[in-house]
Amino acid sequence: MISELFTTTVLIGILASGIRLATPYLYAAIGEAFGQKSGVLNLGVEGQMLLGCFAAFYVALTTGNLWLGLLAAMIVGALMGLAMAFVTVNLHAQQGISGIGFYLFGLGMSDLLFQKLLGTVETVKGFPKIYFPGLSDIPGIGEIFFSQNILVYGAYLLVPLAWFVLNKTTLGLKIRAVGENPDAADSLGVSVARVRYFTIVLGGTLSGIAGASLSIALLNVFQQNMTSGLGFIAVALVYFGAWKPVGVLAGALLFSMVNSLQLWIQVLGIPVPSDIAVMMPYILTILVLVATVSRVRAPSALTKPFERED
Amino acid sequence: MKKFALLLTVVLTLSLALTACGPKATEAPVIETAAPVVTEAPAAEPFRVAVVMPSAINDLAFSQSMYDALLRIQEEMGGPDNFEIVYSENMFVVDDAAAAIRDYASQGFNLVIAHGSQYGSSLQEIAPDFPETSFAWGTTVDTFGQPNIFAYEAASQEGGYVNGVLAATLSQTGTIGVVGPIETGDAKLYVDGFMAGVAATNPSITVNVNYIGSFSDVALASEAASTHLSAGADVLTGTAQMVVGAIGKAEEAGALWFGTQSNQSSLAPSIVVASQVYHWEVALREMIALIKAGTLGGQSFVANLENGGEVIEFNPDYAISDEAKALAESTIKGIVDGTITITLP
Repeated sequence: MISELFTTTVLIGILASGIRLATPYLYAAIGEAFGQKSGVLNLGVEGQMLLGCFAAFYVALTTGNLWLGLLAAMIVGALMGLAMAFVTVNLHAQQGISGIGFYLFGLGMSDLLFQKLLGTVETVKGFPKIYFPGLSDIPGIGEIFFSQNILVYGAYLLVPLAWFVLNKTTLGLKIRAVGENPDAADSLGVSVARVRYFTIVLGGTLSGIAGASLSIALLNVFQQNMTSGLGFIAVALVYFGAWKPVGVLAGALLFSMVNSLQLWIQVLGIPVPSDIAVMMPYILTILVLVATVSRVRAPSALTKPFERED
Repeated sequence: MKKFALLLTVVLTLSLALTACGPKATEAPVIETAAPVVTEAPAAEPFRVAVVMPSAINDLAFSQSMYDALLRIQEEMGGPDNFEIVYSENMFVVDDAAAAIRDYASQGFNLVIAHGSQYGSSLQEIAPDFPETSFAWGTTVDTFGQPNIFAYEAASQEGGYVNGVLAATLSQTGTIGVVGPIETGDAKLYVDGFMAGVAATNPSITVNVNYIGSFSDVALASEAASTHLSAGADVLTGTAQMVVGAIGKAEEAGALWFGTQSNQSSLAPSIVVASQVYHWEVALREMIALIKAGTLGGQSFVANLENGGEVIEFNPDYAISDEAKALAESTIKGIVDGTITITLP
């Protein structure tokens, strides 16, 4: 039965589904990576995603315009980011606790809005799969790479873009400087507050898109707590990926592929208890973390509020 | 300043979050009845019921099945003046649920329902402290031998069997997919019954089962459905509230869907064939009658096809063939009169 895993149907299935599953992780984790690179840990990603999910779904449902839905999710995520930035940058609040607070706020608020504005589980017609003439018809490859929706492609384009911004631009240099040595950056005239505001709001916006990718592109429904811990996995993926966009991509893909692998293991009737199968992606993630984490170093100023000494 | 800011954030956000999803006691909407059927003189004191549920009252699944049943009882008993319903939803944290159960009991409700097998051990501790209050919990048959606890469960394997028979008849490809939450309780009964129904109808059909390890992970439920579709399934079913993700994928691929717990036709009118719907009112009616007569617990109830606690509801928008519908009806009849026995693994 193990050999059944290596048929083309199964391999194509695992790859196509892994690429889809990784989409929300990529948006959320790359946004989080920007924040952490500048020294801010945001544990509120899950809450930002949930509100993004709801905003995108509700606006898309009522206006019939998916792009407006996406925009709404981005605005809601950015506002959540703005609030997080105010609390952590201006008020110097402890980052971990504030993040949990924002998570609970997002969880509760999205639920409340759902109850008041929708009342029941509904469906919406989400972003369609894009058809590439010729390419989409290639057996296997077409199904894996050329039959996804626009938000899936966006997530993968974000990876090189984030790498470029972080490593090849002045902005990226400022972000890294603020995360490693805010005092030095400050003495060179870089506004620590402004850089952190930028990264946290950017992170919120991307978390909003992550939510939208679920509610109006991949699943096309809204249900309470539908992110179901996805935002916290995204935070873990930033550590997993050693604060590098490519590392985040590798982690997101690994986690998602193993998750789709375990679905196939059950479908093919390979005798592994379902409880063990569903644990596989988590166990693997922990193992890889243990094996790699000692070799990478977190941004020095991560979780430390910046206060000017004068 | 720093401490103050921290405190402020935590207090503000927590209070907001808790008001939205915490143990809130929400009054059920008033159901207007044209001609309330009141067989007895309206009691001066209304019968008061409180229910604690793991998900939302509109989850199109487990929690909604109980809430809808309570609304129907309220209608039967002549509206909110005679039958008061108060609920706490989204009590996925068992500790919060336990606090809510205790609150309701101390407020003097006649019946406090803990709608979720995960609440059992909390209830076992709470019930002896309130000997005047009647408690009910499900899905289970265990009353812990306590005189003020009722237990209720659904014979989900029966509706699962009927759905399985129909699914086997309608499948063209010979492969059927099942999306389950966690391999336990009500979900396992339904899935096992469904598989027995398929096997009894056409043993050559392959049923692939996927337990995703969560009641809430909509994204993974959706990918589980995709996996079934790639493996060749053209008929899918699934149980628990996260299946909304799976139904969407089935609809996209034009595969058929069989629902359970609540009527799921509204989610995808073109592909839902039928849903097994729980009508907990059969158990609730008996409990209420017993409570009024002074018996506060000690008995367990089963909702099944025979007593009307389970009903197979067809989707009017799906054109099912007369033969298939007749087959479903004869299967239901067979289960009720005992000519069909369901063997579970």
